[in-house]
Amino acid sequence: MTNEQMTSSETEPTDDQTAPTPGTDGLADTADSGGETTFDRTLLEARDLSVYYGEERALADVDIEIPEKQVTAVIGPSGCGKSTFLRCINRMNDLVDSARVEGELCFDGKNVYDDDVDPVALRRKIGMVFQSPNPFPKSIRDNVAYGLKVQGKQENVDEKVHTALERAALLDEVEDQLDSSGLDLSGGQQQRLCIARAIAPDPDVILMDEPASALDPVATSKIEDLIEDLAEEYTVVIVTHNMQQAARISDKTAVFLTGGELVEFDDTDKIFENPEHDRVEDYITGKFG
Amino acid sequence: MSQPDFSHDGIRTARGTAFRYLFMLCALLSILTTVAIILTLLVDAVDFFAQVSLVDFLTGTRWSPTNEPIAFGVLPLISGTLVITIGSAMVALPIGLLTAIYLSEYASDRRRAYLKPALEVLAGVPTVVYGYFALVYVTPAIDAILPVDLSTFNALSASIMVGIMIIPMVSSISEDAMSAVPDSLRQASYGLGATKFTVSTSVVVPAALSGIFSSFILALSRAIGETMIVAIAAGQTPRMIDLTDPAGMFLDSIQPMTSAMVQIGTGDIVGQGPAYKSLFAVGLTLFVITFVMNLISELVASRYREVYR
Repeated sequence: MTNEQMTSSETEPTDDQTAPTPGTDGLADTADSGGETTFDRTLLEARDLSVYYGEERALADVDIEIPEKQVTAVIGPSGCGKSTFLRCINRMNDLVDSARVEGELCFDGKNVYDDDVDPVALRRKIGMVFQSPNPFPKSIRDNVAYGLKVQGKQENVDEKVHTALERAALLDEVEDQLDSSGLDLSGGQQQRLCIARAIAPDPDVILMDEPASALDPVATSKIEDLIEDLAEEYTVVIVTHNMQQAARISDKTAVFLTGGELVEFDDTDKIFENPEHDRVEDYITGKFG
Repeated sequence: MSQPDFSHDGIRTARGTAFRYLFMLCALLSILTTVAIILTLLVDAVDFFAQVSLVDFLTGTRWSPTNEPIAFGVLPLISGTLVITIGSAMVALPIGLLTAIYLSEYASDRRRAYLKPALEVLAGVPTVVYGYFALVYVTPAIDAILPVDLSTFNALSASIMVGIMIIPMVSSISEDAMSAVPDSLRQASYGLGATKFTVSTSVVVPAALSGIFSSFILALSRAIGETMIVAIAAGQTPRMIDLTDPAGMFLDSIQPMTSAMVQIGTGDIVGQGPAYKSLFAVGLTLFVITFVMNLISELVASRYREVYR
């Protein structure tokens, strides 16, 4: 299955032949083996996942099954470990010297913390959008093409750049200035540029870490519309501190509370209308956090 | 009820004023010294140019201030300086840049904490030590290893040592520039599946380019002004160089501007003749060159500084 593709180690631009076209392949596999229930297939699964920064525990025994091609929101008060959880998925925590991960996080059945997994190969299947827009100080075109270049996907770059910008609902605004700097755009445009950059290499999953928290309401609502559209093709996991946002755009919601504990994970409607746990209800209704 | 007393205290006020002027005086002192040096250079150089034409000085290809036929062409000395600059650049720029990349991107915090100061010690070694090291160890070593005909005094070992001396300047300033690149750009690149090498070369180095460039310029102007190493190890043969002939450039003795000045200043030239005054003309030339380079470095740094927020 797709396990082997993650374990190939280097940056050589050979990926073009070996990389599957994610999404389509995954879907076909499931259809062949599992029948008609492709909609709720689990793509990401954490088992007893804990993260420590030095002595401090940031994530405590998290178990969660994130479905494919849906929007899963991760909410909770500051410092509850929601960003830490997100960064476990594409092993960005590896970049923090003091971070230590225990337990398993499976991507399509393969534990990404196995010794034979190269985080570089893993991250090529997972796009990431960050809290504040962070376009490279390069042209708009080069920003979107960056991932393609890094991953050795050198064919039809212009076409892929256009498609990515179109999917990110940015093409109309920048079509005639692709060679100008990405930093010249407004904050909201920059964030959509970062989304285009993340989806250009066609990953399976898109992780978003409070992608609208630095944006004004108009730009925020554009990003929210976009996220709902993206779920047609990608598995989206979004961390947000904005509960209304989670309620508006997500299919599933995970609530983390203090101590890095995943308290409740269910359909978004259920979480917001009738949560199982009183603590979750207190948090949702603003009595806590 | 009497009001509280907030009135001036004569002694306190006087002391404040005294310190203010003391500090200002110290700041002025260094500026005044610099101005005085430049003025002296100018006055004596003007004296020199009253006896030797400026055109002959700037375009002449022979430098012979004391031996007949007397000639004051500065180009051979500029050639000598150029050879040392090129040679030391070939050593210091790549090694310094790669060191900076290692320190900024690859080394752990702990390792960087002692590597960087250790490297900066190199800059604190007295240059006379480098000079004798070049003469006594580097030249014989190169002679033994490479099948080339190396003079005892040569541009090669001198420029290698000058290069080693300026490595910390390149690496330290470049590393500062790279560390200042926002981490969010690295994260974006890692998130797209880039390796550390790709992150370093495609994101960090381009983003830090203005700082890297000014580290290059500063280090090279240091190499241009370096005196002791070249005076000891490079020889005293003012000659024109041929850029297409690297062997001729590096294997033999040369004389850069700085060591020509040492020779004039410490030699037994008497009186106020043009030979003595040429010291100031060469000094002024050297000053103008390094001044322009530092200016360029400042310009580059300030022009591109705001590009990365």
